[in-house]
Amino acid sequence: MKNYVIMRLLATIPLLLGISFLCFVFINLIPSDPAEVALRIRQTPVITEELIARTRAELGLDQPFLARYFHWLWDCLHFDLGVSYTNPARTVLGEIGRCLPATLELAGLSLVYVIALSLPIGFLSAVYKDSWFDRLMRGFVFAATAMPVYWVGLLLIWIVSIRLDLLPTSGYGGLSHLILPAFTVALSYISTYIRLIRNNMLENMREDYVLYAQARGLKRRAILVRHILKNSLQSCVTAIGMSIPQLIAGTIVVENVFAWPGVGRLCIASIFNRDYPVIQAYVLLVGVLFVFFNLAFDILQYAADPRLRERKA
Amino acid sequence: MNTVLDVRNLSVRFRSGGRLLSLVKDVSFSVSRGGCLGILGESGSGKSMTCKAVLGLLDDNFQAEGGVFFEGRQLLGENPETLRRLRGGRIGVVLQNPMSCFDPLYRIGEQMAETLGEHTSLGRRRIRERSAELLELMRIREPGEVLRKYPHQLSGGMLQRVMIGLALALRPSLIIADEPTTAIDSISRHSVMREFLRIKRTGETAILFISHDLGVLSCIADQVLVMRLGEAVESGPAGRIFDNARDAYTRRLIRRHKAVMSKFLAAVRQGPEAAA
Ligand SMILES: Nc1ncnc2c1ncn2[C@@H]1O[C@H](COP(=O)(O)OP(=O)(O)OP(=O)(O)O)[C@@H](O)[C@H]1O
Ligand SMILES: [Mg+2]
Repeated sequence: MKNYVIMRLLATIPLLLGISFLCFVFINLIPSDPAEVALRIRQTPVITEELIARTRAELGLDQPFLARYFHWLWDCLHFDLGVSYTNPARTVLGEIGRCLPATLELAGLSLVYVIALSLPIGFLSAVYKDSWFDRLMRGFVFAATAMPVYWVGLLLIWIVSIRLDLLPTSGYGGLSHLILPAFTVALSYISTYIRLIRNNMLENMREDYVLYAQARGLKRRAILVRHILKNSLQSCVTAIGMSIPQLIAGTIVVENVFAWPGVGRLCIASIFNRDYPVIQAYVLLVGVLFVFFNLAFDILQYAADPRLRERKA
Repeated sequence: MNTVLDVRNLSVRFRSGGRLLSLVKDVSFSVSRGGCLGILGESGSGKSMTCKAVLGLLDDNFQAEGGVFFEGRQLLGENPETLRRLRGGRIGVVLQNPMSCFDPLYRIGEQMAETLGEHTSLGRRRIRERSAELLELMRIREPGEVLRKYPHQLSGGMLQRVMIGLALALRPSLIIADEPTTAIDSISRHSVMREFLRIKRTGETAILFISHDLGVLSCIADQVLVMRLGEAVESGPAGRIFDNARDAYTRRLIRRHKAVMSKFLAAVRQGPEAAA
């Protein structure tokens, strides 16, 4: 177990380096000159060649590519992500830190929705396979998968907020502001997980251990919950580990539809303003989140499954 | 004779689409206390279907008709809760694939405790002791260790013996064993058969023993029923069937297995005697 964790931790180092490098390369591939952009954003009245050259030096853009990368990486490791071009008074880390809690609230509630809805629905759909409930849910899964997120968001705003006037249309506030956007983010995941849990359960029901559990005279409910459900969730653990960073990154569309002041909206605003350091930091953040959650849930699954524990020990 | 299980004209049909497929056709047999009925037949001949029908383990897609009388009580159409209490209690069950019959996520001890807890009112300590006793009875060394193991950490033969031990847990009057020796190696097969012979010798349990292996059947069954494509093609005392089968299919089966059988019989029949 300990060896496995250490090995996985070591393996993340090259992964994180790769991610940071790609992130840096992509931002640098953008054709416009960052120095010029920075000057324009600061609304410098006259942009001269000399001024551009000075800004380039100020932003460290005059150094060779690799030198800039390592310099940036070094700063990143010290949690220094530079300053925003748009507003040199603000650090990128500060900007992200300011917007991240709102995004985490949104993603957190979405995750609660996903678990609280897909677990019982997937379970019941499998237990009462082909009942009216199962068929209704299959229809829901199909519809939810087919609809684009922004469209669901707009539809919900129109029905729930405008026609029924139950919840605020947009903006940041208490729980009432959070319900619709979180549901919008969660929707496609709910349908994915309903399907995953239902199929896993149906597959497990055909296993020999279920027949033997029945032959031992165990109660149906015990077999369903203690054996079939537990085995079915085993393979969902890794999937959830991937879904959490996806949920966090996936808020980008929803935050803009609902005017939710999270990092997703910060990122879109920065793209419009060509605020490179912020975009770069956002991309890096999402990449790191993926690596982190993937690692954490692999270890979790490893700890939960006696077969895995054994094999890699 | 003290009949424990009496199956009369049992038929099992499977509903597929609008059609009904006959999987078991009009099969009758009975097993009495201390006796062993062997059901012989090739893969797909309906042996497991017959077992499942007796145990009430067929789902709604199947239709079972006829009579399944356990200690005089009709089990077909009996309510599921009553059947559940019988399974693992008065009726012990041993299945074919020991490696996949245990839930991979729980320790052997937990799965044994779960079964014992379902059928008895023993406390946790007593259950643990009883589990260890059962494993000892199955001549498993260091039962305490084995109880702490996960299924994948044990061999097929070992798991098969755990299953037999568990089937014996509540001193059942009937044990149904569906191909208990098919999925394990020949050395384990030997020790598994030894346990079954021992159970039979106590004279307290009726055994329904299913196999497609003549050698294995010939060393335990007193009565044999041969099934083919869902039908009983031959039945009678084991000796007569093996030496003088009337049915052509049975004769063919016997001939095919003869060579293997003689070798195997020597090993199995002499094994326990020599040890005793
Ligand atoms: N779940 C099922 N649904 C439909 N048909 C089934 C099902 N299970 C088994 N059958 C069919 O029922 C027939 C009898 O199967 P059964 O499992 O009883 O055979 P068996 O004699 O036990 O064979 P084996 O030696 O392979 O265990 C086979 O033709 C099989 O195709
Ligand atoms: Mg079978």
